[in-house]
Amino acid sequence: MESDLRGLTACHICDALCRDETPAPGQRVRCPRCGTPLRTGHARAIDQLLAISLAVLVLMGTALALPFLGLEGGGLAQEATVLDAAEAIGSGRAWPLGVAVGALIFAVPLTRALALCYVLLPLRHGHPPRPHARAAFRLAIELRPWSMAEIFVIGVAVALVKIAGLATVQLEPAFWIFVLLGVLVTLEDIALCRRSIWTMLG
Amino acid sequence: MSSTQPPTMPEEIIGTTKPRPAHDAHVLTARRAGLVGCTVCGQVSHRGTAHCPRCGSVLHSRAPGGTQQVWAWLLAGLVFYIPANLYPMLITRTLGQEMASTIVGGALELIEYGDWGVGIIVLTASVGIPIGKFIAITLLALAVDKHWKLDRHRLLQLYEIVEFIGRWSMIDIFVVAVLSALVQLGFVASISPGPAAACFAASVAFTMLSARAFDTRMIWDRIGEQSD
Repeated sequence: MESDLRGLTACHICDALCRDETPAPGQRVRCPRCGTPLRTGHARAIDQLLAISLAVLVLMGTALALPFLGLEGGGLAQEATVLDAAEAIGSGRAWPLGVAVGALIFAVPLTRALALCYVLLPLRHGHPPRPHARAAFRLAIELRPWSMAEIFVIGVAVALVKIAGLATVQLEPAFWIFVLLGVLVTLEDIALCRRSIWTMLG
Repeated sequence: MSSTQPPTMPEEIIGTTKPRPAHDAHVLTARRAGLVGCTVCGQVSHRGTAHCPRCGSVLHSRAPGGTQQVWAWLLAGLVFYIPANLYPMLITRTLGQEMASTIVGGALELIEYGDWGVGIIVLTASVGIPIGKFIAITLLALAVDKHWKLDRHRLLQLYEIVEFIGRWSMIDIFVVAVLSALVQLGFVASISPGPAAACFAASVAFTMLSARAFDTRMIWDRIGEQSD
């Protein structure tokens, strides 16, 4: 890295050249031209982010193993997991859609959380970044729009209303875990200050 | 900063905690300073650097081809949005009877049965947001292509709304997935996804890619600073 460019940064939204400043506690550094927040991070952010990512990992693993929703109607009972949802929409020739839905609901959020843990754990303990930590962090950033656990939760709520007249639906443990995951993924997004972590990654 | 400074006027480089001062014209861009900024990590490099030395992303001072990629993805999204609305999204079989409902039909059904709130959520997510997005991206790309003198902050707000809200269109796909997983053969009724599901998912994905291909830095360029 050229030393004369250290300490400078370009706004990713409007290309304004700015000094790469660290914000005072509770404040954010904004781009002087377009007002986009450039840095929101403070010292504790990495702890929060790591805690959230670890929680997402554990909860997502649990949610996949447990039943998600149960259905009773016409003397029959049935249970479905989150994986069943991806499988059902991708039945037959629509399998690519099933794969895509599975990715959006759990594979992408899981990958992001894994990547963030891989990047942040050594930083948290003051160790140098692991090999490919930068690539992993870039992956986590670029996957963000495709991580849709929170949207899935709203979709489930709509489906429950649609089905209400047809049968009795039981909310199983994985359902509640997913509601929590929706909240956590949103918090993960808020706690993530990219530029602060890039600076730590060197 | 070290003694070997980049070719810039230092007083123009401002880092500030104050939101949004309006002196656009006095801000030095990385491009005018002969530098290129990384949109992933913010690192600045000298123009002509192919990959960001920090994060490895491919560096472009501006999106290559300007808005071409935006238009291409947008067109793909529009094309898939048509069958997504014509074909059935949901096929319900009840005791030998088969009923297919389209996206709009399913939402209207909900409203008919008195589920106003949910019906409106589905209509907004599946019709309002996609169409609003097509219009918004068209406006953004045209504003850049035709050098329309629109308020840049307003354009940026529009872009941020598109980026934030676009993903939520996927709701309907998840509704169909959950319904078809739950209501399986063996019940009085069974639900399965129709051909519109894949078309709609593709349309949403393509429009998301279209929005992501839009380089917001072009909003702020003055005429003549663009193509690269």
